[in-house]
Amino acid sequence: MSAVTHREAATGGLWSRMSLGQKQVIWAWGFLAVPLLFYVVIRFWPTFQAFYLSVTDWTITKPASFVGLENYKRLVADPLFWQVFRNTFMYLILGTPISLLISFVVAYYLDRVRFMHSFIRALYFLPFLTTAAAMAWVWRWFYQPVPIGVINDILSSFGLPQQPFLRSTTQALPTVLAPAVWAGLGFQIIIFLAGLRAIPATYYEAARIDGLSEWAILRKITIPLLKPTLVFLVVFSSIGFLRIFDQVYNINTNDPGGPLNSTKPLVLMIYQTAFSSYEMGYAASQTVVLFLILLVISLVQLRIMRDR
Amino acid sequence: MRFRHMLASVAVGFATFASFGAKAVEIEYWQYVFDTRVKAMTQLIAKFEAANPDIKVKQTTFPYADYQTKVSAAILAGQGPDVVQLFYGWTDNFIAGKMIRPLRAEAFPAADIERDFFPIVSAMKRGNDYYGLPTAVRSLALFYNKKAFKDAGLDPNNPPKNLDELVAAAEKTTKRDGAGNIVSAGITLDMAGQDHQWWREVLVRQFGGVPYTDNDTKVAYNSEAGLKALTFYTDLQTKQKVGQVGFMDEGQAAFRAGLAAMTIDGTFRLGSFNTIKGFEWGVTELPANAQGVRSNYASYFANAITTKAEGEKLAAAEKFLAYVSSPEAMKIWLEVVGELPARRAAALTPENTAHPVYGPFLKGLEYAHTTLFKDEAAQRQTAIDMVNRVLIGKEEPKASLAKAAEAEQAIIDRAKR
Repeated sequence: MSAVTHREAATGGLWSRMSLGQKQVIWAWGFLAVPLLFYVVIRFWPTFQAFYLSVTDWTITKPASFVGLENYKRLVADPLFWQVFRNTFMYLILGTPISLLISFVVAYYLDRVRFMHSFIRALYFLPFLTTAAAMAWVWRWFYQPVPIGVINDILSSFGLPQQPFLRSTTQALPTVLAPAVWAGLGFQIIIFLAGLRAIPATYYEAARIDGLSEWAILRKITIPLLKPTLVFLVVFSSIGFLRIFDQVYNINTNDPGGPLNSTKPLVLMIYQTAFSSYEMGYAASQTVVLFLILLVISLVQLRIMRDR
Repeated sequence: MRFRHMLASVAVGFATFASFGAKAVEIEYWQYVFDTRVKAMTQLIAKFEAANPDIKVKQTTFPYADYQTKVSAAILAGQGPDVVQLFYGWTDNFIAGKMIRPLRAEAFPAADIERDFFPIVSAMKRGNDYYGLPTAVRSLALFYNKKAFKDAGLDPNNPPKNLDELVAAAEKTTKRDGAGNIVSAGITLDMAGQDHQWWREVLVRQFGGVPYTDNDTKVAYNSEAGLKALTFYTDLQTKQKVGQVGFMDEGQAAFRAGLAAMTIDGTFRLGSFNTIKGFEWGVTELPANAQGVRSNYASYFANAITTKAEGEKLAAAEKFLAYVSSPEAMKIWLEVVGELPARRAAALTPENTAHPVYGPFLKGLEYAHTTLFKDEAAQRQTAIDMVNRVLIGKEEPKASLAKAAEAEQAIIDRAKR
């Protein structure tokens, strides 16, 4: 090291006249430039291009020409857009609280279990490792009518009427959501467990000495101290549900988006517009709308959760 | 010394390479990966190259997903194939994108094409120009489970010939449990499969209407005939209760599993059904209506010459296209892939028409129609939704039919712009 600096000092270039701090900054930026460049070229540039595409009528085969806000006007007038808009928010409004509640309850009690703790944790985590597409296919078969659908077989063996599940406009969305929630649980449980472990045991000891009930401990100590974890999970799972695609697409490939679009989320509409109808400009305008929704929701959540 | 020796051999190598390169024209052929199709094409290329030693054909295959996107991206970038395989329904898109060129009339006279090929080849014609030729075509037929027929007391060698017999056979072969749930369907109802084609090109015509007018640019099924066709279809589930949309997930799965006595499907399903071990099945023409009117839906992948091919490559591409559309190529394609020859003479041999499986499909070709889709997936979706609105939404068929016609017309109009 010293030999190198020595030699550099001898050459007397620009580099040698810099202070150590300046050199460190240059080195840091030198290393950061690689991923930064990658992100700019692979992520940001296409993102900005999508904004441009959204005001053109590009269809892959025809060259793009500027059409102003035509795509957005069409979007607002398209009843399908409002339907998928509602669906997307249904996934969010149902999915996020339900999955967080279940995963918190599981993590809370799993935290106290010593017997086979890691094994049970692994079991919960397993679905998270499974490919969403494969899982969706398995659930697709679970939901079938008799004679092959497991759930309907059980129902009818108890003399209960068959349920249409995926073939119903009202049941389809919760039906698709259930495996998605189930698959995400493992991850959320692990994060909650880590959050619970991070709370110093001394707080609990002090509270118990003071004679606080378990419920009070949960309310006054555990949940407030879990807030950073909670913020992370709420934002993370909200984005996940707003972008839901694999499960929805695979559970109903022969009528993607469920009967009469009852389960179609915005991402699936974008996919079909772009890669089935090749209306790239129109698809780009949908992407911009999705981007804005994600942005607003994330910002609002971060704000609310921080202030509280 | 050794170095000079080496240099000389390299020079000789280059010389032979260059002379070889000057002699042989290499053209590129693209199609999607499907085992038997690739195998058949490899055989055809070998035979073609043997007959044309000055032409080399390079076959490139890739997964079917995003086929159009990849081909158009490659051709627009000046790369890609000289001869390309495309679904007939994509022709407008490929022409609009200046990806394929019209076949030169001197090399492929329209009169010859119209004399030799089945009439459905007209779906490749725009104005006076043909933009491609198929090697093989597909049509629909009624598959039936002989064992289910026998068990229900029906003659397994006498499948339904008309729609009334179809409904009667379906009623006899349907099995239900105590609660009335179907446990084995009489006929599969799967609009997402081939039923939308059956409904559009066959049932609508059999009930006295036409699905479209003006070269398939005006939706015409919102009529008395369309309503009768739709009601006939939905009645199978709601009135006769001989089938159920979504039963066994997909129609073909139900038939494969032996849990559906009849299904309407295409030649492309033969490969899958040929592996059925549990029961014997038969094929028959799509049922006629009471007046004996029959119809069918045919489709095909055609081969076309791209705009990239110029000069000697264009000449080579024309030779290659002529060969893969020749009777010899069609015979090989039928043997290897199991798809029907697109030329009448190659298809309607006594051996083929008497064939228990190919026969019914071939008969269908004579009166088949080919829908000129603008956006097949989206247009199919309108048919799926039309049936779902009636079956799930309990909507009146008349209202649902009108909505479907309106939605499909919007798709067609948008594509024209």
